[in-house]
Amino acid sequence: MLVIKDLKVSIEGGEILKGVSLEVNAGEVHAIMGPNGSGKSTLAAVLAGRDLYEVDSGTISYMGEDLLEKSPEERAKEGLFLGFQYPIEIPGVSMVNFMKTAINEMRKHRGEEPLSASEFLKKMRQKKELVEIDSSLTNRSVNEGFSGGEKKKNEIFQMAMLEPKLAVLDETDSGLDIDALKVVARGVNNLRSSENAIIVITHYQRLLDYIVPDYVHVLYKGRIVRSGGKELALLLEEKGYEWIRQEELNL
Amino acid sequence: MQKEQDQILNEVTTGEYKYGFYTDIEHDSIGKGLNEDVIRLISEKKNEPEFMLQFRLKAYRHWLTMKMPGWAHLDIPPIDYQELVYYSAPKQKARLSSLDEVDPELLETFNKLGIPLEEQKHLAGVAVDAVMDSVSVKTTFKETLAELGIIFCSFSEAVREYPDLVRQYMGSVVPYTDNYYAALNSAVFSDGSFCYIPKGVRCPMELSTYFRINAANTGQFERTLIVAEDNSYVSYLEGCTAPMRDENQLHAAIVEIVAMEGAEVKYATVQNWYPGNKEGKGGIYNFVTKRGICKGDNSKISWTQVETGSAITWKYPSCILKGDNTTGEFYSVALTNNRQQADTGTKMIHIGKNSKSIIVSKGISSGVSNNSYRGLVKVLRGAENARNFSQCDSLLLGDKCGAHTFPYIESNNQSAIIEHEATTSRIGEDQIFYCNQRGIATEDAISLIVNGYAKEVLNKLPMEFAVEAQKLLQISLEGSVG
Repeated sequence: MLVIKDLKVSIEGGEILKGVSLEVNAGEVHAIMGPNGSGKSTLAAVLAGRDLYEVDSGTISYMGEDLLEKSPEERAKEGLFLGFQYPIEIPGVSMVNFMKTAINEMRKHRGEEPLSASEFLKKMRQKKELVEIDSSLTNRSVNEGFSGGEKKKNEIFQMAMLEPKLAVLDETDSGLDIDALKVVARGVNNLRSSENAIIVITHYQRLLDYIVPDYVHVLYKGRIVRSGGKELALLLEEKGYEWIRQEELNL
Repeated sequence: MQKEQDQILNEVTTGEYKYGFYTDIEHDSIGKGLNEDVIRLISEKKNEPEFMLQFRLKAYRHWLTMKMPGWAHLDIPPIDYQELVYYSAPKQKARLSSLDEVDPELLETFNKLGIPLEEQKHLAGVAVDAVMDSVSVKTTFKETLAELGIIFCSFSEAVREYPDLVRQYMGSVVPYTDNYYAALNSAVFSDGSFCYIPKGVRCPMELSTYFRINAANTGQFERTLIVAEDNSYVSYLEGCTAPMRDENQLHAAIVEIVAMEGAEVKYATVQNWYPGNKEGKGGIYNFVTKRGICKGDNSKISWTQVETGSAITWKYPSCILKGDNTTGEFYSVALTNNRQQADTGTKMIHIGKNSKSIIVSKGISSGVSNNSYRGLVKVLRGAENARNFSQCDSLLLGDKCGAHTFPYIESNNQSAIIEHEATTSRIGEDQIFYCNQRGIATEDAISLIVNGYAKEVLNKLPMEFAVEAQKLLQISLEGSVG
């Protein structure tokens, strides 16, 4: 589904990703872990098409096509979803209106008719239950006045609504208390299927107790320095990132 | 990066004006220039009673002693008032009694503007008075309204048919001495709408006037007078467009509203005069005086405006809250693009006890435009427990436009509570990217964000006009021509 080869990315001349390669197939959940500043969020942003970053070299193929050629909205319409680390507030735009616009844009892209009001509301009701979010959230403006936890739940809700093929969740666990974390994780788990793939970006192992990944990658100073199964996350938890630092020094 | 985003903003915000056509129709005009003879001629052409002529002449003589106001945050080129035509009317053979008799060219014009008079007459339940250049073309629904005792007709007709009412109220809220443009209007006004709602009557439909400037070099000076008797209610809407022309055109109107005890008047404007081209050539100078008085206790006047047109806007719809427990409201969205300039806001004058006012102003600036909010909240000594809340927000699109806020507060009563909130924000790259990531293209994202920003005001418009206003905001911002 997603093949990243030797990706090098910089911002204002400073190199952040120094040759990242990664392959993600349908049905898989990958966790990307790493200390602050290792380039995790940059990777997520580049996948979504944020133009703050300069791709210096390397390729990203998504569903067999060149992802880097596509605009952010094209990527979204082709099923790539980014769960934002810091979801954005859009005052005065209701969640209902926002989601309806988004879904219908995607349907248009697939050559489908827009959803009728009743179909849309039905879908909304179902997905709210699936991700256990409070009904009142969807009656408000997009993220406006939401608490940190509400914003993160709202990202998962949007993911449920948009039914992406590939979801990249950028530090969805940061700033969540344990109860909110469980809700978010349950939401994500409910959305796992053999058809789609999820990349979970996190600083802490904690989230991976609830979202059990198939693969764990450690991103350190712009490179994936370790890849393994879920036990790698536990090892990291036990030894800390300092362990990686030492290992790197020894190399 | 910033540059790129500004470029995108620039692209999507330079839309074309879609009402810029000109209707080829015969005009009955008088020559350029202004003097007492011209005023006599206008009055004569309109078969006016003597009191009207005298009113005009007094106003004209006063105007000669005045100077154009220079205090607004506007750059107004000198205007040669002798170069303007002060009267122009689509030629008509006789007085019209049904739509069938209206010149088909004229009907076509109004159809292009999206006001199918015929259709509205039957379906929409909106009574429309259409003013082309200087003369009211047709008032629909008059008969239905007449059954309730409601008078809704052109100003000229009101002068002929209801001279006592006109005499009693005309100039009672905006005297001809009020300001330069008000004096000019009082001297040369040609037509407009008149609306009278009798005691205890709730007007069952939206009343609506469409103003259109068609002829070249013509000033449009219309007057609207609305009188709502005790415990009556009316909701009124005006819309405005003009053809695209290279030269500037002057529009100096007056709107007066009188609300008696317990009456409620809602007045909404969707102003889309030709704004000039991208380089700032042409466009309407929109210098308008709008004021309402809550004369009786418990009365209420509400102004809602969506301003997207005009090269220069100078306009401050105001409320004099004279009665006790009166309410004044002002909801405004003013969008400026390219080289447009707007200096707009309101005045709330609290005289009565427990008078309340609410001001919500949403400015949107784009291109190299300048957008100013100017508002006065004045509480007089006797206005016990007066209450005002003002919120003035500015949204900037791009980095070459300006937003300014000039709030004035004068309180002479200790018990008054006055609140003012103001914010300025730039349309966020983050917001646009967030929308992009959900599959929404930049152009649609900007429209979504702007409409969200203006929602509080758009919600105050009658349903069908809210939709129209939303589209208008979109068109004014986008490259597409709807």
